[in-house]
Amino acid sequence: MSDNPVDQGAEDSVGYVSIRQLGDRDIMLLRGDFAFHGFNGALVAATGLGVPPRRGIIGYGNIQVAWMSSDELLVMTDSASTEKIAKSLEQALKNQHFLLAEVTDSRTVFEIRGDLVREVIAKLCPVDMHPDAFMPGEIRRTRLAQASAAIWMTDDHSVRLICFRSFADYVFNLLKAAAKPGNEVNAFEKAI
Amino acid sequence: MASLNCRVCKMLILKCPYCGASGEETEFECGGEAHLKRFGPGSGDDEFQGYLFDRVNRKGVHFERWRHSSGCGKWFHAARNTETLEIYGTYSAQVLEPPAEIREKISGKVPGWSWREFS
Amino acid sequence: MSTRLVTGGRFLDRSEYAEFTFNGKPYRGFKGDTIASALLANNQVLIGRSFKYHRPRGIVASGADEPNALLNLGEGAEFEPNQRATTTELRDGMICKSQNHWPSLEFDLGALNNILFSRFLPAGFYYKMFIHPRPFWKHVYEPLIRQSAGLGKAPKDRDMDDYEHFYAYYDIVVVGGGVAGLVAARVAGEAGARVLVIEQTAHWGGRVLVDGGTISGQPACKFVEDIVSELESMGNVAMRKRLMGAGIYDHGYVLCHEQSDGHGPRHRLWKIRARRVITATGAIERPLSFAGNDLPGVMLASAIRDYAVNYAVSTGDRTVVVTNNDDAYLTAIQLKELGLEVPAIIDARLDAGGELAQKAKDLGIDVQSGMAIAEIKGRGQVAGVRICSQAGEGTVLGEIDCEAVAMSGGWSPVVHLWSHSGGKLYWDDKSAMFRPDTKQPPTGHDGNPFVIPAGSASGFLSLNDVLNDACAAGKSAATDVGRAVMDNAAPHSRACKTAPIEPVWLMPQGADIGKRMKSWLDFQNDVKVSDVQLAAREGFESVEHAKRYTTLGMATDQGKLSNINGLAILSDSLNQSIGQTGTTTFRPPYAPVSFASIAGEARGPLFQPVRKTPMHKWHEDNGASWEPVGYWRRPYAYPRAGESLRDAVNREIVQTRNSVGILDASTLGKLLVKGPEAGRFLDMIYTNTMSTLKPGRCRYGLMCSENGFLIDDGVVARIDENAFLCHTTTGGADSIHAHMEEWLQCEWWSWKVYVANLTEQFAQIAVVGPNSRKVLERLGSDGFCREELPFMSWKGALLDGIKTRVYRISFSGELSYEIAVPAKKAQMLWDDLIEAGGEFGIAPYGTEALHVMRAEKGFIMIGDETDGTVIPQDLNLHWAISKKKEDYLGKRAQMRKHMISPDRWRLVGLETVDGSVLPEGAYAIADGKNCNGQRNTQGRVTSTYYSPTLGRGIAMGLVHGGLDRIGEIIDFQKVDGTVVPAKIANPLFYDSEGERQNV
Repeated sequence: MSDNPVDQGAEDSVGYVSIRQLGDRDIMLLRGDFAFHGFNGALVAATGLGVPPRRGIIGYGNIQVAWMSSDELLVMTDSASTEKIAKSLEQALKNQHFLLAEVTDSRTVFEIRGDLVREVIAKLCPVDMHPDAFMPGEIRRTRLAQASAAIWMTDDHSVRLICFRSFADYVFNLLKAAAKPGNEVNAFEKAI
Repeated sequence: MASLNCRVCKMLILKCPYCGASGEETEFECGGEAHLKRFGPGSGDDEFQGYLFDRVNRKGVHFERWRHSSGCGKWFHAARNTETLEIYGTYSAQVLEPPAEIREKISGKVPGWSWREFS
Repeated sequence: MSTRLVTGGRFLDRSEYAEFTFNGKPYRGFKGDTIASALLANNQVLIGRSFKYHRPRGIVASGADEPNALLNLGEGAEFEPNQRATTTELRDGMICKSQNHWPSLEFDLGALNNILFSRFLPAGFYYKMFIHPRPFWKHVYEPLIRQSAGLGKAPKDRDMDDYEHFYAYYDIVVVGGGVAGLVAARVAGEAGARVLVIEQTAHWGGRVLVDGGTISGQPACKFVEDIVSELESMGNVAMRKRLMGAGIYDHGYVLCHEQSDGHGPRHRLWKIRARRVITATGAIERPLSFAGNDLPGVMLASAIRDYAVNYAVSTGDRTVVVTNNDDAYLTAIQLKELGLEVPAIIDARLDAGGELAQKAKDLGIDVQSGMAIAEIKGRGQVAGVRICSQAGEGTVLGEIDCEAVAMSGGWSPVVHLWSHSGGKLYWDDKSAMFRPDTKQPPTGHDGNPFVIPAGSASGFLSLNDVLNDACAAGKSAATDVGRAVMDNAAPHSRACKTAPIEPVWLMPQGADIGKRMKSWLDFQNDVKVSDVQLAAREGFESVEHAKRYTTLGMATDQGKLSNINGLAILSDSLNQSIGQTGTTTFRPPYAPVSFASIAGEARGPLFQPVRKTPMHKWHEDNGASWEPVGYWRRPYAYPRAGESLRDAVNREIVQTRNSVGILDASTLGKLLVKGPEAGRFLDMIYTNTMSTLKPGRCRYGLMCSENGFLIDDGVVARIDENAFLCHTTTGGADSIHAHMEEWLQCEWWSWKVYVANLTEQFAQIAVVGPNSRKVLERLGSDGFCREELPFMSWKGALLDGIKTRVYRISFSGELSYEIAVPAKKAQMLWDDLIEAGGEFGIAPYGTEALHVMRAEKGFIMIGDETDGTVIPQDLNLHWAISKKKEDYLGKRAQMRKHMISPDRWRLVGLETVDGSVLPEGAYAIADGKNCNGQRNTQGRVTSTYYSPTLGRGIAMGLVHGGLDRIGEIIDFQKVDGTVVPAKIANPLFYDSEGERQNV
């Protein structure tokens, strides 16, 4: 049985970039006052990572923390550590005003890989995907055609994209259409 | 989408003061006039009407509430010119009046401007 | 005779043929041809018919300004009308057809308009003629006019090509790949700015390659070659051909339209943001207005030399040049140098003493100064010209035989892009042109100018001036974007001595009405000098009025050739300067862009998102008939073989009421509201009190806008002391989330409350009906009895090992449980429940059954009973409105005079006297008529269904007087005018004591 509209794990589409749905991520939404004493410490204790810079995404191994807004983070982990991290955060923040919710089931993450990955995204998102403007380390919330999404790059040829689960088919098909072989733009070729 | 006419498309660029991203208008939603003072139960009819319905709707310097709806989701304020479409600045939603530096900046460009009780 | 020259043609690849057909006739061109050049090379001079008089029309121009050569291209799924032959590259196998003629291009009956009616079809003819008698417009005139008017045919098949968008960001976008654009781009590129330079044609270099000259000591073509390869080597400069700058909008938005080079998407719409835009868009040559100037064979002087130099096409053995400026001499000289004959240059100026004039004379060309064309000889095609004195009224002084006439009325800078976003123009009397007024530029988001015109687009016509201006534009743009500019001198070209242009708006200046009626301004829309003069006489003095009255410049070329000439005629008629008359508004796009490119990827299955619940596929596999709800698809019903939709709905209701049904309610909004002040916040958001709700309990609540109007409803479950889960309607999930955030961020920002939208984290499955408890108990868990899980409470439960939250709430009046389950486990639980319910005949039901069952119980539905003007009090929901609370959103508004008026329509149940189903949205009529003569109304239907439970139609509606009128019978009007009498009743149609859920 498939959990999601798009089969997980497989190389789902090879256009002129490959599009794959990642199924091994657990995702938690954490809202709180980043400036509040102890918030950062609680996060570090639970994840080994502090609050990222504005629009930043930081991580090591299988854990990433992404800055989603001035009081909202996403914590992405492998499922083995989710419960531990959640408990640790709940415990450390119990005297603060915060909100922690698991949102794994409400999100879908895609990995898009290829030399021309930037231009595939630029066909759908009103974001400057030029290598000088968008680099690994930044997470950008925007729209992908008519769906809300957040994108970040893990390296110069790889974009990860997170969207709401119910939009997964739409997003997958958009990406597939944008990556149709023969429809290359080659707009960033000189810069890369 | 799709009208090619100048002033009806979503063409502004706004900088969200919360996430710091500059985005095109399609990432944002306008929430109408800024700095409304809420009148609730106990207020007179005139006060309530002013709060609910009376809008400056000014040609020129204007203050609005916007939400970075396809981005970080935050509401913020924007000071802009509805005629030239210049954006004087965006600022926190959690203030009752435009910050001094934005008001000064506007004064430098539109001497003698006023908007509601601000100038 | 128009023909291909044996040698030459810069753009041609003579090693590769392209075979194509025109109106079925096979032709052959070369790779590198446009359709226009290939047609001319095959002596196809007649290309189409004009819009109104069906006059024969040939090619006039060589670029986007072409008014006549519009073709239907391709067939079937590739068919596209109104394609410009001059800007469409020829490809092997193309199928071209001419437009706007019947029965054939050569013999067009519509041309009778010209012979019989041209006296009767002046400007405004339609407005004056077809207004009486009134009913004739719709049934006689309009069908007739539609039959004879129109250009291309609308495509019938679905377009098979790909189209897409592309978002790009640059410091500087240079529109135009002529020498000005290239020079400006190099300056900006050398300064290190991120630059995009675009060219609408397939070739870099623009006019200079045809017109020649030397730049910095090199032949112009060598200069272009070098600068292009230099730009190509710059990492920070992107170059793109076949990309047309369609429009410049606010805040540096540049919309560009890309044509395929034969590979990839047919069109790609570039949505570019630039900090600075350099418009190096060149200039367009103006026609001259003389009698017969629309005959095939009369062309722009620049076009004739374009075809000769770029495509090796001779448009005639003998070409008469007619001009009011020096530039057209180039055409004469080049034709002569190609070995073609130029019998005369007719120069309207008395003194044509420039260098070029001298050169022409040296080549032996007869230059006739102070002369004009009295009229064109020939039927259907140029056979010669009759000449006269420009100063006179047209007395013919001589005749010259020729096959082509090259006309030049001067040049107009392409100021379109400059003007799109607000750049102003001024009339330069000396150069006889509108030029960008750089003191009044378009301004961007920071209030600074962001468009910089360069070269001939700025009104500089000599090569040296163009180079200087372009260099300055590049420097200015680069400096503006924060780059240090190298102090290099501009490339230079030797200044050429020219004689000034002399404005000539009518030829000869004293032309009589007979000539003016044959002097065309707008070739496509058939507007003549006499029409504009008539408009002025009849009081259409504003340029915008004159335009609409005459249709001048309203054709698909948007007046690129005709507008300035028309303005000049109008100004002359009004006795004012052209500057005073001004221009009409320049609106994007510069040249037509395809609808498909605007749609981009948003077509077919990607037209808009389809949101899917975790059980979507199951529904699909089980025959769901879908109902769109926002972007979601929800099953409307699950018809079985041989069942109508109606049957299915009825069966689902009966099954649910009698045993058990199951519903996918996952689309309901689920907002987690958490924090020490969450209760306080929800007391403001909802009309009733939520802060007093105990953990483990649920409460139905209403949300209103500050206007007092009901915007959403749903059940709130208190999770713990600090947290509430608010259920919203499907449509409300995002909007109510935004609504809550707006109040938290903009009004009560010190309140400690966080909201998270968990709508998609949990699927929600409703198990409904008298056997629902047994189904849940089959899954290995008990504790669902009335004592342990009373009505309006919730608890966590393990169902078949899956962690869930079970709410005992009911939207049907039945014993009912709604189970929230993490989305990824939802299908598993759904399968479990179906299996467990097997012995009770459990069946899925859709939204229609849901709606009918709620209506049977008199429950309101947001969007049915509400429409943005309804307050909860209208719906008899006083019980859900706190009287104790000092404040909640909407409370003050609900105290306004109109809101408490006894005249408001209020919710009632409606039972038709004959048991039939009331039509949706029907109005109840009252006595008398309103001030518009319409029947007065006293109520309307908000929901109406057939109830299989009751075996009759039931409805709810808003009616004047509301429940005070129970028992009264009122008439609802149907569309056919007949009425349906219905009795006002309590809207609670079924199980009024609520016993069914009280178990």
